[in-house]
Amino acid sequence: MAGQIATQAYPDTALAPCDVAIVGAGVVGCAMARRFALEGASVVVMERGADILSGASKANSAILHTGFDAPPNSDELACMQAAYDEYMQIHQRVNLPVLETGAMVIAWSEEEEDRLPQLLAQAQQNNVSDACLLTRSQVLDREPGLAPHARAALFVPREYVIDPWSAPLAYATQAQSLGARFVFNAALSAAQWDGDIWHLRSVAGDIQAKTVINCAGLYGDTVEELLLGQSSFQIRPRKGQFIVYDKAAANHLHTIVLPVPNERTKGVVLTRTIFGNLLVGPTAEEQDDRDRPDTTTPELEGLIAKAEELLPALQGMPVTAAYAGLRPASESKAYRLHSDRARGYYCAGGIRSTGLTGALGIAQHVFNLWHAGHQVSGTAPNDLCWPVMSNLAEHRPRDYQKGGHDGVVCHCEMVTRREIEAALNSPLPPGDYGGLRRRTRCAMGRCQGFNCMAHLAKLSQGRLRDDIIPQGGE
Amino acid sequence: MSGFDYDVAIVGAGPAGLAAATELKQLGIDRVVVLERAGQAGGMPRHCGHPPFGLREFCRVLTGPSYARRLVRAARSAGVEIRTNVTVLAIAQQGGLDLATPKGTQHLRVKRIILATGAREQTRAQQLVPGLRPVGVMNTATLQSFVYLEQLKPFKNPVIVGSELVSVSALLTCLRHGMRPVALVEPEPHLRMHPALRIAVRLLRIPVYLGAQIAAIEGDKHVCGLRISIGQDDLMLACDGVVFSGRFTPEAALARVSGLGIDLGTQGPRVDMHGRSSNPHVFVAGNVIHPVETAGYCWAEGRRVAAAVARDLSHAPAPQSGLHIACGDGVSYVVPQRVSPRCEAVLNIRTQGAAEGRIVLTDAAGTELASCRVRAYSQKPLRLHVPTLPDLSPGHVLQLRLQRKGHDADPCA
Repeated sequence: MAGQIATQAYPDTALAPCDVAIVGAGVVGCAMARRFALEGASVVVMERGADILSGASKANSAILHTGFDAPPNSDELACMQAAYDEYMQIHQRVNLPVLETGAMVIAWSEEEEDRLPQLLAQAQQNNVSDACLLTRSQVLDREPGLAPHARAALFVPREYVIDPWSAPLAYATQAQSLGARFVFNAALSAAQWDGDIWHLRSVAGDIQAKTVINCAGLYGDTVEELLLGQSSFQIRPRKGQFIVYDKAAANHLHTIVLPVPNERTKGVVLTRTIFGNLLVGPTAEEQDDRDRPDTTTPELEGLIAKAEELLPALQGMPVTAAYAGLRPASESKAYRLHSDRARGYYCAGGIRSTGLTGALGIAQHVFNLWHAGHQVSGTAPNDLCWPVMSNLAEHRPRDYQKGGHDGVVCHCEMVTRREIEAALNSPLPPGDYGGLRRRTRCAMGRCQGFNCMAHLAKLSQGRLRDDIIPQGGE
Repeated sequence: MSGFDYDVAIVGAGPAGLAAATELKQLGIDRVVVLERAGQAGGMPRHCGHPPFGLREFCRVLTGPSYARRLVRAARSAGVEIRTNVTVLAIAQQGGLDLATPKGTQHLRVKRIILATGAREQTRAQQLVPGLRPVGVMNTATLQSFVYLEQLKPFKNPVIVGSELVSVSALLTCLRHGMRPVALVEPEPHLRMHPALRIAVRLLRIPVYLGAQIAAIEGDKHVCGLRISIGQDDLMLACDGVVFSGRFTPEAALARVSGLGIDLGTQGPRVDMHGRSSNPHVFVAGNVIHPVETAGYCWAEGRRVAAAVARDLSHAPAPQSGLHIACGDGVSYVVPQRVSPRCEAVLNIRTQGAAEGRIVLTDAAGTELASCRVRAYSQKPLRLHVPTLPDLSPGHVLQLRLQRKGHDADPCA
């Protein structure tokens, strides 16, 4: 098989091999593409899905973490904190929102209360020096809606809520504007290293690259095995289910509510979303299947019961959405950041739960690792192009508030025709219905497309890689 | 009159809202506006390209779209202003409205508001249905908007879940437009529809699975199947779409964000006998207070609430008052939730599941005030007529409950 590849005529033979081929366009792959493009490297991103964020990155809790509870002196902590700083530097230029909520790790039992000083010490060790302990009355002053059995909390002021999809889209868009190329429906099917160049094959075409960066998330280990013959780690998908409450629920909570972690799990988070909803989750369920982020009724009921226990005003509150994501956990907690320089291979794997926060820092880390052994073929651009993302955050001005928007298509999330058209005509347009939803919020609200799905199918007909109606719906 | 943009603003241009607006004009109210977020007025019937609509209102059998057009025409010729593409974002405590319009946002000052935002079918998410999340899962009204509004077929062989009246609409919509449903799946052991319609469903020769729990929706990108379990048996129904029909829920988001009191039974705004909500400026009519009744019922109710609003305009807004009705054993909801002493009342009731027995209204001491025999499939609309409510002091709580007469058998079989 590999021998065949070497003799094939590649569609891209006219092009020189790119500096890096990035496998996977999740949040880490998007940030990686941006970092390398910013540094002047030529970049191709191969994504197995029809759009960016098709795997683990489409489902997370959308929190920008300080790293207060990350393992001290770990790569994870370093990447998260570098990424946090970079995000705060760039977010205004690309119009990405930040909801400055702060977070409280709340102790609900005496045993948990006893662990708070230890958590505070860890936060201080991790240079999160503004973390502090709150008494019960301080907790309830801050969040009067919480159940009265809250005992105390560790308050972390700079834990924020962000837009989990617009952020990586901004990274990818900027990368593309600097010349990075994204190839979709391009699962890596074969690869050969000829001593200088990687020959990578997918159904979407073949790619030659001087180096490969594995950002394949849930397939990180299989991609490493395909490239190197064996994998140094094993992905053990961990499913997290979430419940999203309707917007009326968000009035009852302002601060991110985190549980005191125990040995088994980080536990269930209760947080606002940037879109004005309230989110509860995730569960943590080990499973073998990498393709099956299915929801299960008892676990969803468990999340609702937990949410109502912590925030009694949620009783009877309508559920907007229920979803599950698979976290690409590996057999150890640590990020899998390693390389085989002789074979032009770099890996950012096992990014189990802090990928959204850490991506920009992981990209910096891997670039520095790479740059120690390789040169970029181009020059870093002087004049950077900063994409301006359309704002989907509820607390900032939305498109519908400005006139001339050609009508509201999705009423639950107040998405305008102008926003839908802008997304469909954008440089990195959505590849499927999910991509359109993530870019605009359409059909993400309480009616889940009850009112607008047919209209969206019409508007996007023939304009998505994977149409909403498979056969064209004639 | 100064300081107000309108006397009454009605939110939602469906049967209830249009009927209320038309009635207000006919009662001599000067400035009446209907605010509709969609591009066209008419509401849900616009999606339903089939009869029977309009018997009560126009004494003729009409399809949904032509019924909707007639309602709009009647409102316009009565002098009602209808503004489409206008979304009400919030209702202020003192009754003003924040709007999103094609020209941007706007604040409207009005004396009274009638909320008539209707209902929708519950999504799979609200029902916590397990499985994957492929494209091709929708509700009946969405299927109808594909077919009737956009001339698109979303799939070829769907499974229809649920067996309320609207499921027949889903089946017929499919069959008329070249889609062949694979099956009708109902989690309860009986079809949740009128016995006469059950015969109609049999004649369609679509396989019906009763007592079937959904084990998972299957499909990576698009739906490829629905796994169900009936008792000990698991079954995989190959299909390319899933339609969740019925299980209506009020479109009450505006009511919630505006702080109106919400009834746990209906999930819509709590109302008194006049349709008044917990906000004295806001009245409510139509399916947002009772999921779900026919268009004709909503139309008649819209007119009744309009009459109450017209009377109310002559004095200062007054809060809800009267006797509260609490739902006890076996009763899913009652509308209204508050009734006035010494008045006659008709209570609109749903039981929890199929029921046979008596619905009984008592006072707090347990004295029976009214009762009726019921033999109901799940979600069957029930009415309890109370000739005269007792002369009790406001704040008194009446109890409504079902005295069951065995509930294992299907009472309508």
